[in-house]
Amino acid sequence: MGYTSELMELIKRVEKTRPERVMKKKDGQEFPALTLDQRRDRLEKYHPDFRAGALRELKVGPSKGLSIAQEIADTFEAKSRLDPDAIDFNEVHYETDVLVIGGGGAGTAAALLAQEQGARVIIATKLRHGDANTMMAEGGMQAATKSWKDSPYYHFLDVMGGGHFENDPELVRTMVTEAPKAIEWLEKLGCMFNKWPDGKMFTLHGAGTCRKRMHYAGDMTGAEIMRTLRDEARNRVKDIGVLEFSPAVELLIDEKGRCSGAVLYNLETEEYFLVKAKAVIMATGGSGRLHMSRFMTTNHYGATGDGLVMGYRLGIEVRFLHATQYHPTGAVFPEQAEGLLITEKVRGAGANLVNIDGDQFVFEREPRDIESASIIRECEKVGKGVPVPGQPGRFGVWLDSPMIDMLEGEGTVEREFPAKFILFKRYGIDISKLPMLIYPTLHYQNGGLAYKPDGSTTVEGFFVAGEVGGGVHGANRLMGNSLLDITVFGRLAGETAGKYVNTRSEIGKLSVDHVRRYHEELETAGIGFERVSPMVLPDYGNPEVRKRQWTSHYVGTLR
Amino acid sequence: MSAMVQEAVQQHSSPSEAAARTDLVPIFIMGKRYMVPSTLTIQKAFEYAGYQLIRGCGCRGGICGACATVYRTPGSAKINVGLACQTVVQPNMYLTMVPFFPANRAVYDIEELKPDAQTLLKYYPELAKCMGCNTCTKSCPMDIPVMEYISAAIRGDVEKAAEISMSCVMCGICASRCPAELGQYNIAIMCRRITGRHIWPKAQHVAEMVEKINSGRYDKPLEQLMKADLETLRKLYVERQMEPHTTPEDWTPDDKSFI
Repeated sequence: MGYTSELMELIKRVEKTRPERVMKKKDGQEFPALTLDQRRDRLEKYHPDFRAGALRELKVGPSKGLSIAQEIADTFEAKSRLDPDAIDFNEVHYETDVLVIGGGGAGTAAALLAQEQGARVIIATKLRHGDANTMMAEGGMQAATKSWKDSPYYHFLDVMGGGHFENDPELVRTMVTEAPKAIEWLEKLGCMFNKWPDGKMFTLHGAGTCRKRMHYAGDMTGAEIMRTLRDEARNRVKDIGVLEFSPAVELLIDEKGRCSGAVLYNLETEEYFLVKAKAVIMATGGSGRLHMSRFMTTNHYGATGDGLVMGYRLGIEVRFLHATQYHPTGAVFPEQAEGLLITEKVRGAGANLVNIDGDQFVFEREPRDIESASIIRECEKVGKGVPVPGQPGRFGVWLDSPMIDMLEGEGTVEREFPAKFILFKRYGIDISKLPMLIYPTLHYQNGGLAYKPDGSTTVEGFFVAGEVGGGVHGANRLMGNSLLDITVFGRLAGETAGKYVNTRSEIGKLSVDHVRRYHEELETAGIGFERVSPMVLPDYGNPEVRKRQWTSHYVGTLR
Repeated sequence: MSAMVQEAVQQHSSPSEAAARTDLVPIFIMGKRYMVPSTLTIQKAFEYAGYQLIRGCGCRGGICGACATVYRTPGSAKINVGLACQTVVQPNMYLTMVPFFPANRAVYDIEELKPDAQTLLKYYPELAKCMGCNTCTKSCPMDIPVMEYISAAIRGDVEKAAEISMSCVMCGICASRCPAELGQYNIAIMCRRITGRHIWPKAQHVAEMVEKINSGRYDKPLEQLMKADLETLRKLYVERQMEPHTTPEDWTPDDKSFI
C-alpha cells in the first residue's frame, strides 16, 4: 500500500519546489487570483455545467422552460412511484403537528425549533437519523463573529461574490445576520468548536472569504454538529419521534391545496404509510447520487434529490438547478478512497495545488467552481496533470498538505485534520509528509426549491430548509456556508412551521390531486412515463446478478 | 474524459470480463462465499455480490458509523473491526456487518448536567462495572483508546473523556463487545456536550456580535448592499480588504466603518 514507485518519483518534483513556495507564503506572496472577467472565462471554458448536454429545458411543471441539470430533469419528468388510485386515504397511520422530511442537520434543527414552539414533531428519514451530508461536512461553518475585523456586511459581500451576484439578496441577508446566532446556539447545545483557553473560537479562511470566519471542530465540524443536534432531539423523545428507513415518496394535500402530510415508504417491510400533519418541512438535502455529468461524488448514499421532485410536483418553483458544485479536491488515489472529500480547510491552512512539475497553476483560495475549472483545465488543456495509476486517461493534481506543517509547525496536519490523517495512514500514506492526489468531485446542489427567508413557500403548510432549497448561494456556494445554511434555515423553518401549526385548526380531506394533475401534464407533453421518481436509493447493483434475478421486479432502482 | 468516473461503472464487469478477471478473491459474507475484485472495499464487495444495501450504508465516507463490520481471517482467532466503506477486502475473510446494536442511552437536560463523576454515574451507573478489559479499545474501528476515555469518565475528568472520544463515529462496536454492557459512545457524547456547554468558556466575541446585530448596527450597511446595483456591488467586492493568511488574530482592517 501507499503510493506507487512512479508517484513517489513524481512527488520529488513537488518536494523540490516546496521550500520556495513555503517561503513565499510566509512572506504573504500569493499566486495571483483571477479577475472577475477571467473567472467567467474559465468557467465557460472548463466547468462541467457548461459542457454540451449538461443541461436541458424542463417541459412540465412550475418552472417549465428553465434549463437544469439533465439528471435532475429526469427525476422531474417522471411519474410518481405511487399510483394515486392505489392509495387508501381512509387509513392514516401517523398524525402530528409538524412532519420533517429528512434527518440531517437542517431537518433536525427544524425539529428542535418546531418542538420549542410547542409542536409535536415526526422526523421521517431514509437512512438512520443523522446519516446525511451534514455528517460529512468537514471544514467549518462561516459566521462573522469577530467584530474587530469582520461583520455581516463583509460576509454578505463574500457570499454574493462567490455566487456571481445572482444570489437572492434577502436570503443572503438573513443567513449572514443569523449566522452568529446559529454559532451561539450550537455552542449552547455543547458543540465543541475549537477554542483558545479563554473561549475565543478559532477561525480560518475559506476560499472566497475576505476575513477568517470559518469556525470548526477539527476536520469533522459537520459530524460534531450533527451528532449534537441528534443527541438533543433524542433528549426530546417525548415530542420528537423519528421514523428511520422511511423515506417520503409523495406529499399529501387537502382540498384547499395546503400541504397536509406525506406518504412514507418503509424500505424494510416495503409498506407505505400515511402521515397527516399540519405542516411539512422539506429537508431532504442534495442530489449528488444522481451523478451529474457522470462525476464521482462526495455525497452520502441517500442524496438522490427526492425532496426536489416532491416539491416540484406540489407546485414549488426551482432555482439555480443548472449549477452543480464540484468540490475541487476529491481523492483519486488510492482507488478505495476515490471521490472522498478532502476538506477545503487544507487549502485554507495554506496548502498549494501543484501540477506534475510541482508548479502552482491557480491560487488555492479561489471559489470552488473557479478552482475546479482550473484543475480540469490543467489536466485536460494544459496537459500537466499527474496520471492516476492503474486508470489510463485519468489525471489528478497534487494538494501539497506537507506545507501546512512547515508553515504552522510539526504536528499541525495530524492535529487539525485527524480524520483524514488516520484515513490516509491506513492506506500507508502520511499526509503530513506526502501530498494528496486530487481531482474535482460532485459535491453540492447549489440550487433547489424556492423559499422565503422564514422557510415558507408559495404553498401553505409547506416549508423548506437546507440544501433542498435554492437561492441563497446563487450559482456557487462558498465553503462553510452549507453548515451555516442548514443551521440558520433549519431553525427558521422550524420556528415558522411551529408557529404556523398553532394557527391551523383543521386538515381537510387528504389527497394527492397535485400528483394527478402533474401526471396529466406529463401525458399532455408526452414525456416521462418510462421513469419513476423519487429515486430513493441509487443503483449500485451488479448487472450480472440482476440478469439472474429471474423473478424480481424493479420499480426504478428499487427491488 | 478523465472526469468520467462513476462508482457504478468501476465496480462491475461484463460477463466476458468477469470470466477473464484474474483479480477476484473469495470472501465469506455471513459465512457464504462470494468472488469479488480484490481492490474493492467491503461495502462495494457487498454490492458486487448482489446486495442492494438498505442498512449498513450511509455516508460511504467513513464518518457516519452506519457500516461497522467485524471479520476474521483464516489461521487467526482474532476478531477484527472496520468500517465497510473504508476497509478493503482480504482473501478468505469471514465478515458480517453490525448495522445496529442496542445500547443504553440516558435522556437528560444538558442545562442541568455538571462536569463530574457523580453526574455521569447517575445517568450511566453501569460505568462502575467497567472491568478494564480493554476490549472496547481493541474493537474501535477509529482507533480510539475507548477504555482510556471510560477511565477518564469514571475519574470525573469529563473534558479528557471528551477530547479522547472526539473522532467517535458512534458505530456501536465497542458496546457490542463490552462484557460490562456499557454503551460507551453514548457516554462519550454526553461528556463532549458537557465539555462544550459547561467546561469550555463561552466565546464572548460571539455573544457580543449577536448583541451588535440585535442592536441594528448592521441594518443600514446591509440595506445599502441590498440596494446597490451590480456594478457597485462588484466594485465593493473586488476592493474589499483581504485579511492576510499569516497575520495574528488581532489584525484589524483599515476601513472600520462597516465592522
